[in-house]
Amino acid sequence: MNDADLPLRGAPSAAPAAAREPVNVLIVGVGGQGVILVSKALAWLAQAHGFEVKQSEVHGMAKRGGSVFSHVRFGAQVWSPTIPRGEADVLVALEWAEGLRWLPYLKPDTGIFLADTKRIVPPFACLARRPGAPMRYSRETPAQVQEHVAEGYAIDATGMAEELGNERVSNVVLLGALSRALDFPEAQWERAVAEFVPKKTVAVNLEAFRQGREWIERSRLALPQAQAPAQPAASGSNCEVRLEITPGWCKSCDICVKLCPERCLRLNAERIAELAEPDKCTGCRLCEWLCPDFAIRVHLDPATAAAGEGQARP
Amino acid sequence: MQEVQPQARDTRALSGNEAIARGAWEAGVAVAAAYPGTPSTEILESLAGYPVADVHAQWSTNEKVALDVAIGASFAGARALAAMKHVGLNVAADAFLSQSYIGVNGGLVIAVCDDPGIHSSQNEQDTRIYGQLATVPVLEPADAQEALDLTRLAFELSERFDTMVVVRGTTRLSHTRSPVRTGSRTAPAARGFLEDPRKNVMIPAHAKQRHVAVLAREAKLKDYLETAAINRWEPGAGEAARVGVITAGTCYPYVREVLPGASVLKLGASWPLPEGLLRRFCASLERVFVVEELEPVIEREARALGLAVEGKAFFPRTGELSPELVRAGFEQAGVLAPQARAAGWAPEPLVRPPVLCAGCPHTSSFMAVRASGARVAGDIGCYTLACLDPLRGLDTTVAMGSSIGNAIGMAKAGDVKPVIASIGDSTFLHAGIPGLIDAVYNQANITVLLLDNGITAMTGGQDHPGTGRTLRGEPAPRVDYEALVRACGVKWVRSVDSYDLAAVHQTLREALAHRGVSVVISNRPCVLDPVKIKGPVLQVQDAYCNACQSCMNLGCPAITWAEGTFEGRHKVKIDASLCIGCSLCAQVCAVDCIRPAAARVTS
Repeated sequence: MNDADLPLRGAPSAAPAAAREPVNVLIVGVGGQGVILVSKALAWLAQAHGFEVKQSEVHGMAKRGGSVFSHVRFGAQVWSPTIPRGEADVLVALEWAEGLRWLPYLKPDTGIFLADTKRIVPPFACLARRPGAPMRYSRETPAQVQEHVAEGYAIDATGMAEELGNERVSNVVLLGALSRALDFPEAQWERAVAEFVPKKTVAVNLEAFRQGREWIERSRLALPQAQAPAQPAASGSNCEVRLEITPGWCKSCDICVKLCPERCLRLNAERIAELAEPDKCTGCRLCEWLCPDFAIRVHLDPATAAAGEGQARP
Repeated sequence: MQEVQPQARDTRALSGNEAIARGAWEAGVAVAAAYPGTPSTEILESLAGYPVADVHAQWSTNEKVALDVAIGASFAGARALAAMKHVGLNVAADAFLSQSYIGVNGGLVIAVCDDPGIHSSQNEQDTRIYGQLATVPVLEPADAQEALDLTRLAFELSERFDTMVVVRGTTRLSHTRSPVRTGSRTAPAARGFLEDPRKNVMIPAHAKQRHVAVLAREAKLKDYLETAAINRWEPGAGEAARVGVITAGTCYPYVREVLPGASVLKLGASWPLPEGLLRRFCASLERVFVVEELEPVIEREARALGLAVEGKAFFPRTGELSPELVRAGFEQAGVLAPQARAAGWAPEPLVRPPVLCAGCPHTSSFMAVRASGARVAGDIGCYTLACLDPLRGLDTTVAMGSSIGNAIGMAKAGDVKPVIASIGDSTFLHAGIPGLIDAVYNQANITVLLLDNGITAMTGGQDHPGTGRTLRGEPAPRVDYEALVRACGVKWVRSVDSYDLAAVHQTLREALAHRGVSVVISNRPCVLDPVKIKGPVLQVQDAYCNACQSCMNLGCPAITWAEGTFEGRHKVKIDASLCIGCSLCAQVCAVDCIRPAAARVTS
């Protein structure tokens, strides 16, 4: 994509005034990030301009760190409250992996992808704990996304918000970025912001809005302006973990069984510690360190240990 | 572009739930009651925003009580509303089915919100079938405007036809905001109590007569619905006009979006159905489809009339419909030409199940439950999420309050493990108390873990009889759980600090050792409601972290992997913006490297 293709300034690609079809904006993120606030502000603004607006969300589990989405559609007439797959004009993502999740909803030829590079890693992504096991977080980079969308922006909105002293205003940074893609006057966007943010935080939110708007104006070269989400450190190797238990020294105190993080130890029929689920053992050595009788020794593959922390074995 | 005009005073953006509340208020509702349940919760929350002088709005302990309260108000001559989610109607069904025979004095409307797609429920049952079962009309709004209009109409129909009326919503209706023209409140004249035992007291002799009256009422309703404006025949245009679609509720906009030219019979009432209108509509068209979510209620009825309608052969019976699914159905039926769509790039989505919040007081309970090795009957609430990794602390979950009865059955069936029932405070008050009395009476050997976080948390923080506040936030008497449990006959009751992990472990151990019914009450409040809790945050001293993963077992969303590793395993870090300082991670840390952030380096 070159500069001439950028639809900013004067010729927004999702110009609401000219649209016969509804304009579709999909706003996604994780519970607690302020997805609903962004969509309410947009819906308010569109309605103030005389459009029919439908804003549809599903919450309930939203506060529980689950994925949250809100569909905003506006135009002369809007039927379905939800945006069909492949029909979103703009996809605004407050979290990186959530943006990726909803990519198939973007219009393939003209859709604008606008995502915070913020990564909220769910505990679920950290379940494989053996040495070298990777984090199960999305691996796609902004550069890869750029190849697949008509127009894409990866913005470190959370970082900008942190610099403003309030991480929570990252959603309004993105609203500012969104404001360049939809043709409403800047003053009215700001009024919409002031309408929906907590009264005490109007000033910082307006600043966040302006910064997001300026970022998009500056960022004529689409993607890799913001840093790519860092890839999780992971070594490619699995080391062999071996537990050496000296039965004669075990006095059945149960400490290792109770404190094993993987819950993979048990006392056998003779009430001697044994490794019940070897596949789960990560070799963390807690049992070795906590055993008052030195009855357990943990052996890791020495080559892996020597290769250093987090390094792949050659 | 023109300047923003001030909103006309009578048009505003409302969600479906807010519009139902508004419609009820405009209709002069005087008493409203509900138990919170997604997606219906905001109906009562919204009604509580109207003046006290207009409407008494309350949280009830469960949906049956809520309906009984509304029925009582109707007996007394007032217009009344009960609101609930679809499964709430199961709880209220006993009163619902009998009240159908009695009819109403003051208008009585029940707003029931279904959850097609199971966004936040345990099933996706179809409330319209309850309408059939009880012979009660079911109105189905398609958007927020209709939610207001049909709720107002429901009160009129209720009094005109002497029947309860159900306003059926869905998650999509409840949580979609669209512009609504509002009106003013018209409070009907007070009716006073109607003394008529033959109508109001359901003994067999009366009920036999009333059943006849119910069928006569149904016939009258059908006549009314033949010509009622809410059942709308929209003629089609062009080629597509030869195709007819019968639809109702939130399916209607999908049909209009996908098949703009079709002839549409848009039913405002999906029960009972106007036979003559259906026959005339079908006779005028080549092919007629029924597009409805969940069960083929309208389709079956139309077929029973001998009409050759098509429906569930093309539109799924499970889940929520969408423009995509409606389009796919019409493509499969040969009505629409298949649309060539380039397969877009779809990276593998990240698995992100909902989790217990950072600092959630349920966490320690399930750490202890899991360590105990007990069999655990779970219940409905945030804590149901403990069935997932890494807590994996419950074995079953059925319905509100089921845990205790389930636990009794497991124990009596001779499960070799000790048996625990885990149940939240709001759920315990809703349907858990009869189970506990049953356990005492039948001398079951179970432990009940009462997770008292002082709020109805799952639905977003609603008050209940244990919080000491009403729906309107006024002070109220507060249930004393220990006294309540003892009054039920339980001898072994103990409260424990949810943030003292060792105490939780030890208390649960002692409770399990007790023969008979024991009750452990974990007592820390929800971290989100009624106040958001934020304590001094903790920090991992990275140099000392040995990546043992003990803290990861909490499933705390504030704890995640750091960049560094130790012996190939990921070290951890704490997100200060999420941490509330509950200190559970510090309590499980085997090398004591999790410390308050402020006291990083001390001499």
